[in-house]
Amino acid sequence: MTDLSVDLGFTKLRNPIIASSGTFGYGLEFLPFFDLSQLGAFVVKGLYFRERNGNPPPRLAETPSGLLNAIGLQGIGVQRFSAEILPKLRKFETAIIVNICGESDEEYASSIEFLDRQQGISAYELNISCPNLKRDGLCPALDPEATFSVVSLAKKQSSRPVITKLSPNVTDIVEVALSAQEAGSDAVSLVNTFLAMAVDVESKKPVLSNVFGGLSGPAIKPIALRMVYQAANRLKIPVIGMGGIFSAKDALEFLIAGARAVGVGTANLVDPQAALRIIEELKSYCQEKGIEKIEEIIGSIKV
Amino acid sequence: MIVDSRARIADKKGWGNYFLLTLETPLIASESKAGQFLMARVSEHPFPLLRRPFSIHSKDERHIEIFFKIAGIGTALLSQKKPGEAVDILGPLGKGFSTDKVLEGEGVALVGGGRGIAPLYFLAKELRSHRASPKIFYGGRSLEDLPLKERFEREGFDLRCSTDDGSCGYKGLVSDFLDEELERLSASRIFACGPEAMMKKISLTARTRNIPTEFSLESRMGCGFGVCWGCVKRIRKNGKAEWIKICEDGPVFSGEDIVWSEGEE
Repeated sequence: MTDLSVDLGFTKLRNPIIASSGTFGYGLEFLPFFDLSQLGAFVVKGLYFRERNGNPPPRLAETPSGLLNAIGLQGIGVQRFSAEILPKLRKFETAIIVNICGESDEEYASSIEFLDRQQGISAYELNISCPNLKRDGLCPALDPEATFSVVSLAKKQSSRPVITKLSPNVTDIVEVALSAQEAGSDAVSLVNTFLAMAVDVESKKPVLSNVFGGLSGPAIKPIALRMVYQAANRLKIPVIGMGGIFSAKDALEFLIAGARAVGVGTANLVDPQAALRIIEELKSYCQEKGIEKIEEIIGSIKV
Repeated sequence: MIVDSRARIADKKGWGNYFLLTLETPLIASESKAGQFLMARVSEHPFPLLRRPFSIHSKDERHIEIFFKIAGIGTALLSQKKPGEAVDILGPLGKGFSTDKVLEGEGVALVGGGRGIAPLYFLAKELRSHRASPKIFYGGRSLEDLPLKERFEREGFDLRCSTDDGSCGYKGLVSDFLDEELERLSASRIFACGPEAMMKKISLTARTRNIPTEFSLESRMGCGFGVCWGCVKRIRKNGKAEWIKICEDGPVFSGEDIVWSEGEE
């Protein structure tokens, strides 16, 4: 029997598979498909302090092996989440991570202050990297100083571990990741989506109403993997890797490159049982290779 | 909501760019209601990536059928699959038409434009089993765009066709045809599916005549089960217009609740 558990330092996960924010709803949507207790963790869809409307449609475009989205973080806000959803999630024996968004550093702090009073949350993931909110995809994760500012404020406010979700839309991922670490982040997750676009050649208009969107899916995997490898090489805190993971082989690439856990995102939309299938595939892989602890694989890359 | 990764194609029919697939999937069939849809993977590879949504066209105990027109690479690939091959489907999804509101003997108009006829065959059968009398309006550009004409006629349904070029039935738009027919037809309810312009027109016609309507909306979808929030439409909920998910709260909405265009709110 292989031990799939991984230690993130601030918490231990039963396995390294995390269902990623924005592709897993509030968790309950997946109950028809599998028992959430089988996951290492799941991250609920990004929440602002208040309810939020999101962008007008079209919000989606499919590109070769990729999905371009500009949802605009429509959601129910931290208060309705705490009242309506969280009580139904507590019974699951998995780590529940709440993804937090904000228009300002203070909004992140207000949400954390509110959520800190709720039971059953393992950690917060600071979404400082959504590309669909301001013109040209501006967000704190593009700038090491803005990253430092929001992460330190969140850390000061929070009684729980904080994971900082980073953007790939930067020249030097290591610089921003180090900044999050220096601000006290307990882990970083990367990558969020790539700022991208699609054009309708008939109408000559952008396909998305928001003009730009975030690209995810297998199309981004090699670039995400490179960034995870770069960050894991330089950071002391754990790196959660993600970007186009559709199979155990994809997950293993990230783990070997140094990620201590991996996020499954777009795959959840295409195959609601993807995360579960990847956990099963990981088990078989470890058994075949005679691996007793999956931790042996983490960072085992031979360069 | 069931994933059937091995739904076998039991039969396939094609007319030009239009296709009808019969899929063997007893569990999904037993749960399906008229107006619901399914999401089908068109490739086992990562391209095309997303599942495609299809209205459920009909069902029996072991099968469901989908009817579609080739509109892009996804539907093109699906159309190339052969009987005996398996398709990975997820369904039934969404909320269907509210057939429970239809009374015995009630006259009801069903209006399908082009591939929008897809969910109305299932609906017509269900309404007939409730002893209501559905009158079906089927519109398209030309006779070739009405491949299901014979199917409805063979089942003995009251079918009225229209074509833009006059090659079959009324010459003109199906929405205009309906408007004229409503002068002499008793229809206490309208169900429709088709291009947005058609549905919007029917909605206005029905509003002036005080006839309740239900429309099955179409959208690109990321997941089909309420997770990605990609398929929203402006819908009034408790009097307030919001971005509502077509996959989860629809695809069928009451005409009164749909905000067809900006500024209408």
